[in-house]
Amino acid sequence: MRHTALLAGLVLMTAACGGTTRSDVQQQQSSAPATAASSAAANPNAPLKQGLKIAFLPKQVNNPYFTIADNGGIEAAKEFGGEGKEVGPSEASASSQVSYINTLIQQEQDAIVISANDPNAVVPALKQARAAGIKVVSYDSDTAPEGRDVFVNQASPEDLGRTEVQLLAEQIGHKGKIAILSATPNATNQNTWIEFMKDELKKPEYKDMELVKVAYGNDDDQKSFTETQGLLRSYPDLAGIISPTTVGIAAAARYLSDSPYKGKVKLTGLGTPNQLRKFVKDGTIDAFELWNPADLGYLASYAGAALASGQITGAEGEKFKAGKLGEYTIGAKGEVLLGKPTVFNKDNIDDFDF
Amino acid sequence: MTTDQLRQSPTTDQLRQSATTDLLRRWETLILALLVGVVVWASLGVDGFANGSNVSFLLLDTTEIALMALTMTLVIVAAEIDLSVASTLGLSCAVLGWLWNAGLPIEAIMPICLLVGALCGAFNGLLVTRLGLPSLAVTIGTFALFRGLAYVMLGDQAVADLPPAYTSLATASIGPVPLMTVLVALLAAVAAVVLHATGLGRSIFALGSNEEAAYFSGVRVKRIKFWLFVASGVMASLASLVYTFRYASARADNGVGLELAVVAAVLLGGVSIFGGRGSLPGVLMAVLLLGVVRNALILADVANEVLNFVTGLLLVASVLAPNLGAVWRRRTSPQMEGKSP
Repeated sequence: MRHTALLAGLVLMTAACGGTTRSDVQQQQSSAPATAASSAAANPNAPLKQGLKIAFLPKQVNNPYFTIADNGGIEAAKEFGGEGKEVGPSEASASSQVSYINTLIQQEQDAIVISANDPNAVVPALKQARAAGIKVVSYDSDTAPEGRDVFVNQASPEDLGRTEVQLLAEQIGHKGKIAILSATPNATNQNTWIEFMKDELKKPEYKDMELVKVAYGNDDDQKSFTETQGLLRSYPDLAGIISPTTVGIAAAARYLSDSPYKGKVKLTGLGTPNQLRKFVKDGTIDAFELWNPADLGYLASYAGAALASGQITGAEGEKFKAGKLGEYTIGAKGEVLLGKPTVFNKDNIDDFDF
Repeated sequence: MTTDQLRQSPTTDQLRQSATTDLLRRWETLILALLVGVVVWASLGVDGFANGSNVSFLLLDTTEIALMALTMTLVIVAAEIDLSVASTLGLSCAVLGWLWNAGLPIEAIMPICLLVGALCGAFNGLLVTRLGLPSLAVTIGTFALFRGLAYVMLGDQAVADLPPAYTSLATASIGPVPLMTVLVALLAAVAAVVLHATGLGRSIFALGSNEEAAYFSGVRVKRIKFWLFVASGVMASLASLVYTFRYASARADNGVGLELAVVAAVLLGGVSIFGGRGSLPGVLMAVLLLGVVRNALILADVANEVLNFVTGLLLVASVLAPNLGAVWRRRTSPQMEGKSP
């Protein structure tokens, strides 16, 4: 007890004497000069170097999504005469990637392509990598900006929101009541997408479509299932549902496939082919969308090669070629956008395994 | 006085004692040989291993495991176990992040974190010593409890805007030797002296090999065990400070799964899972051995599954080998027959 009191006293004393607080750090950071842009100039005409070593560091290995993305990247490396490989932890924990970054520095890789488990925990190690001359590309999940040269973004929120409305409108003939089955009411991603959906719906071609309700399944399978049930009870004349979450769309598809609404109420949104294959085949879903992970890895690989060859430095407006995907331009904050999402339907779904 | 009484134990026990000491020495020699062997192999055969910066990565990567292994050694020698260390680490990280967000100065937060670690340890210690519950069950419970509390405090939020002065301190090094490794070395020296050169250390060994006998020879069994759990908690929160500053990220899921790495290192270091036997130098060598093997295999691009397999194999071997030895001794020495547990 005595010790505890003593310790508590000490703590209070230190607190009273001041020390480093959060606001101190924020002040320091705001008064510090903004990090200077890379001094090296880009040479857009530089050829891609041969024998570039490009390492993919996914959130975790043995995850089908990343296996496909990284194989896409390794494939790209073969095209430009480089050498790609995938390394990484078997569990997606915050700091497990750091020791891999450190070993990649030792191996003197030319570029690291990383999907960060923790946007901040990897930054000190990535800074060391960059100081050692290694180019860093983040894909799928960005790091804090000071940790990487370029971020390859799989899809812009605007594209995702608008294309989902376009996809559903096509399926229901631009006519009828529609509903959205989202994740949680405060899910940042979903809410941004829904804002763009609402904006898209204001266009004249959707004048006969009416958004009647946004339901929330909380990304819980059971809740999403009952919410879908509830939607159809309240609006038996519903024409279609958009579910911009992989959990929601799967639960809604399961409900619809066993109900009289199967095939009549159209369902679309974001999902993975493996999860929705049987619903596409049995006619519950006509088409849904997601970015193509293989293309994501492929583009990230070319971005790494372009950086390592001096074609680009990561500044806004620079252009580089990414093999079969064509030419890309670096946008604000060093972001490269993969492009419009891929639409999956019964004709192409068997080409994808993730 | 108590130690004198302990020394006058029956002859068979003395025999067993010297036999196990021999065995331990042999085991430590084996680990040392293995460590030297792996280092030589990796320096010659793995590109980038012998690099100065790689050596400092390697040492830095073992910091938290080494810190927690120090007190875990004492706890396991006392025939108990603390599986809640990594969760205590996580809770302490969450407290740090939460208080930092609340605007407290970091210099005040750090002692609070250590206090939180001490409280976690005291909670384990009370349940084990006052209620007489097995520490395996208690710390599996608090393993979930502390981690759960951490999530309640911080959710899936990451607190990252920590003061650069401290984050750079956590990764700083003197030549190839990280500052944090110096900290580990100092604490290891303290723990080694306590365990191997004080009456307290002898009491820990005594209560680990036979709690009842130790109790009747005047060892304050419950008090020692209680404080061992407190020490384990404090060390886990100290590790949490190193972890948070090293990765510049305070999260509720910091250090998930580290308890297994800690227990693995302690057992591989020759500490008996049944208590009463072990040494700190052995444990430190094992921490290094596991770190070197991991680092070298990753550098050599060995897949993660193989890595886990090799680590698991070393661990099983470390639990199996001493016991095989014991079985063999029982079979060959007739006077020990009937005394086996």
